[in-house]
Amino acid sequence: MQTTEVSSLTTSPPPTLAGQEILSVDGLSLSFGGVKALQHVSFSVEEGSVTSVIGPNGAGKTSLFNSISGFYTPSEGNVNFLGKNVNKIAPPDRAAMGMARTFQNIALFKGMTVLDNIKLGRHAHLKTNILEALFYFGPAQRTEAALRREIEEKIIDFLEIDHIRNSSVGALSYGLQKRVELARALAMQPKILLLDEPVAGMNREETEDMARFILDVKEEWGVTVLMVEHDMGLVMDISDHVVCLNFGQVITQGLPDEVQGHPDVISAYLGSGDVTALRKKFKEGR
Amino acid sequence: MRIGTAKENYTADEALFDTNIQRGWMIALMIALFALPFMTGQYAIYLVCLVMINIVSTTGLNILTGFTGLVSLGQAAFMGVGAYTVAIMEINLGTPFLLNLLIAGSGAALVGIVVGLPSLRVKGLYLAIATIAASVILHFIFANWTSMTGGVSGLSMPPASLFGLELVQPDQVYWIIMPITVLMLFGAANLFRTRIGRAFIAIRDRDISAEVLGIRLLRFKLLSFAISSFYAGVAGGLWAYFFRVITPESFPLLMSIFFLAAIIVGGMGSILGGILGATFMTMVPEILKMMVGVLSPIWPDAVAVMSPVRVVVFGALIIFFLIFEPDGLAEIWRNIRRFFHLWPFKT
Ligand SMILES: Nc1ncnc2c1ncn2[C@@H]1O[C@H](COP(=O)(O)OP(=O)(O)OP(=O)(O)O)[C@@H](O)[C@H]1O
Ligand SMILES: [Mg+2]
Repeated sequence: MQTTEVSSLTTSPPPTLAGQEILSVDGLSLSFGGVKALQHVSFSVEEGSVTSVIGPNGAGKTSLFNSISGFYTPSEGNVNFLGKNVNKIAPPDRAAMGMARTFQNIALFKGMTVLDNIKLGRHAHLKTNILEALFYFGPAQRTEAALRREIEEKIIDFLEIDHIRNSSVGALSYGLQKRVELARALAMQPKILLLDEPVAGMNREETEDMARFILDVKEEWGVTVLMVEHDMGLVMDISDHVVCLNFGQVITQGLPDEVQGHPDVISAYLGSGDVTALRKKFKEGR
Repeated sequence: MRIGTAKENYTADEALFDTNIQRGWMIALMIALFALPFMTGQYAIYLVCLVMINIVSTTGLNILTGFTGLVSLGQAAFMGVGAYTVAIMEINLGTPFLLNLLIAGSGAALVGIVVGLPSLRVKGLYLAIATIAASVILHFIFANWTSMTGGVSGLSMPPASLFGLELVQPDQVYWIIMPITVLMLFGAANLFRTRIGRAFIAIRDRDISAEVLGIRLLRFKLLSFAISSFYAGVAGGLWAYFFRVITPESFPLLMSIFFLAAIIVGGMGSILGGILGATFMTMVPEILKMMVGVLSPIWPDAVAVMSPVRVVVFGALIIFFLIFEPDGLAEIWRNIRRFFHLWPFKT
C-alpha cells in the first residue's frame, strides 16, 4: 500500500504542466500467451502537453497504444479518457469521443486519393444518411462542400500537402504517407492524438518538418499529443513528459532531462550498459 | 486533346462529371436512351432491357463485393426475392409498379441484412459459402411455399400498367427499366461521394484501421448488404415485369456466379466497371450466337457443331481479358481516354 503512495508521489506531474488530466491509464496489464506485453502500467497525460513513450523494441509501446484505442482488451486496469472510464467503449466510439491515432506501419487506404483518405477522418462527425447519399441533394452536398473547404484551408495548407491532394496514396513516399496519416487524424477533430513512431524512417529534413507540425498541433490547435518515438533527439526536444517502458513495465517517467539521465533507462537501452555511447546517441539526436 | 482542368471552386471539383466534354457526352447518351425504342426493333430493345436489368444487379453486387470487399454469391437469390414480391403484389393487390418495385427492393434488403449478419465474423470464401447457403434456403422457400410462390410451376403475372396502358412488349417495358436503371446508377455513383461510400472502401482496404476512424464495422457491412440486395431486389422486380413468368429455376446459383464474373471482368470497385462487365457478360454470348447464325446458310450444321465452341470462346474471352487487364474493362477504357486526352503530346 505504502509503496504505491510513494511512487504516485514521485511520478506526479511537474508543476509546469498543471493542466487537466485528459487521459490516464491505471494499472494496465496485457499478455499474449506467455508474453507479458504490459504489466501494471500507470501514467497520465496532461491536457495540452506532448507526452512521449519510449523504450527498446518489444517494450510494449504499440500494445499500450492498442489498449488505449480499444483494439486490445487489457486483462487488468483502466483507461480513462476525458474523465470517463472507457474500458467498455468500442474503438469507433472512442474515436468519436476525440481519440485519434496513427500507426507504426502506416494504415492509409491505398485505393483512395489523399483527399478521400483525409475526408474519412471526419466520418464519425458527419451525419449524411443513405437517402441523402444516393440522391446527393441539399444536406449531403453542403456537408461535402464544407468538409472539402475546411480540409483544404486548415489541414492541407497546414501540412503542406497541396501538391498531392489528388494523388493515390500508394504512389507517395513514406514520409509523405506519414504526413497524410497525420492529416487524416487531424480531420477527426481529436482532443488527443496518439502518434506511433511519427518520424520512423524519415530523413533529417522530414523529421524536422514533422517536429514542427507536432508542436503546432499542440500550440495552435490545442490538441494533446501522446507519442511513441525512438528518435531521442525529437523526444527530448518536444516532450513535456516522458514515460519509459521496458518489458512492459514503466521503469521511470518525468521531465525529458530526468528520464534521459536515468541509469535504468540507459541500461534498458544498452542491455549491458555502455553509458557513454548512449549519451552520445542522445546528443547526436538533438 | 485536352490538357488539365482548371477548377473555379471546390464544389465544381466535387462534381460527378467534372468537365463540359463529359457533361456533353452524358447528355448525348441520355438523348440516345430516349430515342432508342424509336430507332430499333424489338429484339434489340429486348437485349438492351436484359443488359440494363443485369447492370442494376451487377452494380449492387459491385457495391458489396467491389467496394466493401464482402464476397457474395447470393445476388441471384436476392433478385428472386424481388421478383416474387413484385409478382405476388401484382397478382393479389394490383398496386402500382413503382410501389411494387420499392417493396421488392426493401424486402430483398431485409433478407440481405439477415444474410449479411455473419460478415462481422467471417470473410472471403467463408462468407461466400454462407451466402450460398442462404441461396439454397431461399430456393427451397421459392419451391415449397406453394400458397405464395406457386411452388415449382411458379407464378405468371399481369403486365405493369402506366396511365392505363399495359406494358407488354420490350419497347414498352423499356420505359420502366431504362429510367430506373439510370436513376440507380446515379445513386450508386453518388454514394461514393459521401461518408457512406468512403466507409465502404475503408472497410474493404483494412477494416481494423477503419474502426479507429470511428467506422462501426457491423453497421456499415450490413448497410452495404442492404443496399446491394436492394439493387438486386429491384433488378429482380424489373426482371419479373419483363418476363412475367417466375419459377424457382429463374434465379439459379449460376446466375450469381454470372454477376460475380461481371464485376471481375468489368472492374471491381468501379461503377463504370459494373456497367461494362454486365454488358460484356450479357452481349458476348448473344453476339457469338448471332455469328453462328450467320454461318448456318452456308453450313447447315453450324448451330449444332458450333454451340459448344461458343461456350469455350466465351470462357476464353473472359480469361483473356483477365490476363490482359486484371483491373477490368473499366481500366482499359480509362487508358483509352487518357490516350486521347494527351494525344498528340504524350502517349
Ligand atoms: N498481437 C500480438 N500477438 C502476440 N504477441 C504480441 C502481439 N502484439 C505484440 N506482441 C508482443 O508483445 C510485446 C510488445 O510488443 P509491442 O509491439 O507492443 O512492442 P513495441 O514497444 O511497440 O516495439 P517496437 O519498438 O519494435 O515497435 C512483444 O514481445 C511482441 O512480440
Ligand atoms: Mg511498436
